[in-house]
Amino acid sequence: MGVLALQGDFREHRRMLRRLGVEAHLVRTPPELDAVDAVILPGGESTTIARLARSSGLWEPLASRLAAGMPAWGTCAGAILLASEAPGLDREPLGQMAMRVRRNAFGRQIDSFEEMLSVQGLAGAPYPAVFIRAPVFEDLGSAVEPLARLPDGRVVACRQKSLLATAFHPELTDDSRLHALFLAMARQALATGAAGPAA
Amino acid sequence: MSDSVVEPVRGDAAPASGNGARAGSVEAATWTVKSGLAQMLKGGVIMDVVTEEHARTAEEAGACAVMALERVPSDIRAAGGVARMSRVDLIERICEAVTIPVMAKARIGHFVEAQILEAIGVDYVDESEVLTPADEAHHIDKHRFRVPFVCGARGLDEALRRIAEGAAMIRTKGEAGTGDIVEAVRHMRAVWAGIRRVESTPDDELPSLAKELSASLPLVQEVKRLGRLPVVNFAAGGVATPADAALMMQLGADGVFVGSGIFKSDNPARMASAIVRAVTHYQDAAVLAEVSRDIGEPMRGVAVSSLPPGEQLAARGI
Repeated sequence: MGVLALQGDFREHRRMLRRLGVEAHLVRTPPELDAVDAVILPGGESTTIARLARSSGLWEPLASRLAAGMPAWGTCAGAILLASEAPGLDREPLGQMAMRVRRNAFGRQIDSFEEMLSVQGLAGAPYPAVFIRAPVFEDLGSAVEPLARLPDGRVVACRQKSLLATAFHPELTDDSRLHALFLAMARQALATGAAGPAA
Repeated sequence: MSDSVVEPVRGDAAPASGNGARAGSVEAATWTVKSGLAQMLKGGVIMDVVTEEHARTAEEAGACAVMALERVPSDIRAAGGVARMSRVDLIERICEAVTIPVMAKARIGHFVEAQILEAIGVDYVDESEVLTPADEAHHIDKHRFRVPFVCGARGLDEALRRIAEGAAMIRTKGEAGTGDIVEAVRHMRAVWAGIRRVESTPDDELPSLAKELSASLPLVQEVKRLGRLPVVNFAAGGVATPADAALMMQLGADGVFVGSGIFKSDNPARMASAIVRAVTHYQDAAVLAEVSRDIGEPMRGVAVSSLPPGEQLAARGI
């Protein structure tokens, strides 16, 4: 398991994975990407991460690994990068999930919030979702399954095969259920070899 | 410094949100949300900008946020007089120009400037010693605001006092507008030396250490538990080159503010992207060498040791 470590809260993801008994590798270079089977794209600033991925020679390798079926999870900025469309981003995103991401969908920082969400696939209590200058996911393709919605119906978590996107930040909570869900998704995809190119 | 040394965790030291267990309950401006934006800025560079064009240059170079100002610190130094919050219309235009977060400075203790900045929707307020202090005894009560605050500190004691007042992010003061990194280094080392001292102090001696630091005991206990500050800690005040930025990262900063260092250099666009890359690849000397090539002259500096004591900004607001 790797965590893209160009900018943002990649250490919080590593901390959560460590609690689940997984030692994640920080990915800053193409050889470091080659060494991992699955990757988390963390929260941060999407324009910053996209630019650093280009200047670090990671953009094309990342796009081709994702196209070849590498399991990936994007949180907030990371989810923006996974989408097929992200208006306002100064370059095309990686384009692996068939959806449009509306950036800063809730306004500025003072409009950021926490909300208890029901997430499909998570047993037990509602999930404490932390939204920070968060995006929402729109125009989901038929292969994209919504996993969580706000009360007004807007989609804030979704899945396409072994790709997972959340508009909020599970890495800032003490609840590791979504990290466990992604680990299970990645293990299943890698074990069955069923992680074909994202449809 | 290895990554594990600066492993941060959620900052719960200040009043945390009381999460209800009910689906659909919404809470705005909680401590998690306020300190969480700083978590998103980590590993990034926050750049001072004075025009929309600067702001766009900074965003294009990969800045994770901009600080909207009328004058960069070196010009504030040169101009003298009273330095206040920047003009509202200027800050609003910069907010319109970019999609990354926008910060703006309020004077120390000037809670009405902060109220105005919150009202126009800036993403972070810097209660800053770079401006002329409005209150010699009291900082802003930052818990009362929905907008999060960053404050400067010269060591662990100042940092913990600011966090107790509600700061959701800390930066070293350094000595703004000089291009001399010496004070930022001193302050970052002082913060970590303070943390190591807390870590090695037995629990039953923490109350007297808290008293010595003029800091709250629960925060001192939190520092001991975490082995770091309970909020994100950036470097600021004198960063002028990619090497300066990487130095601060290797000394344990979570990210870097660059004030005059970008737009007072020969080639701001190049200097900006070089510093952004240096902060990401701060442990990779080959990348640092590459980004340091052909970036033109850095800002013309002024040695802190040559400043008269009255002109050192870091002594304001302790």
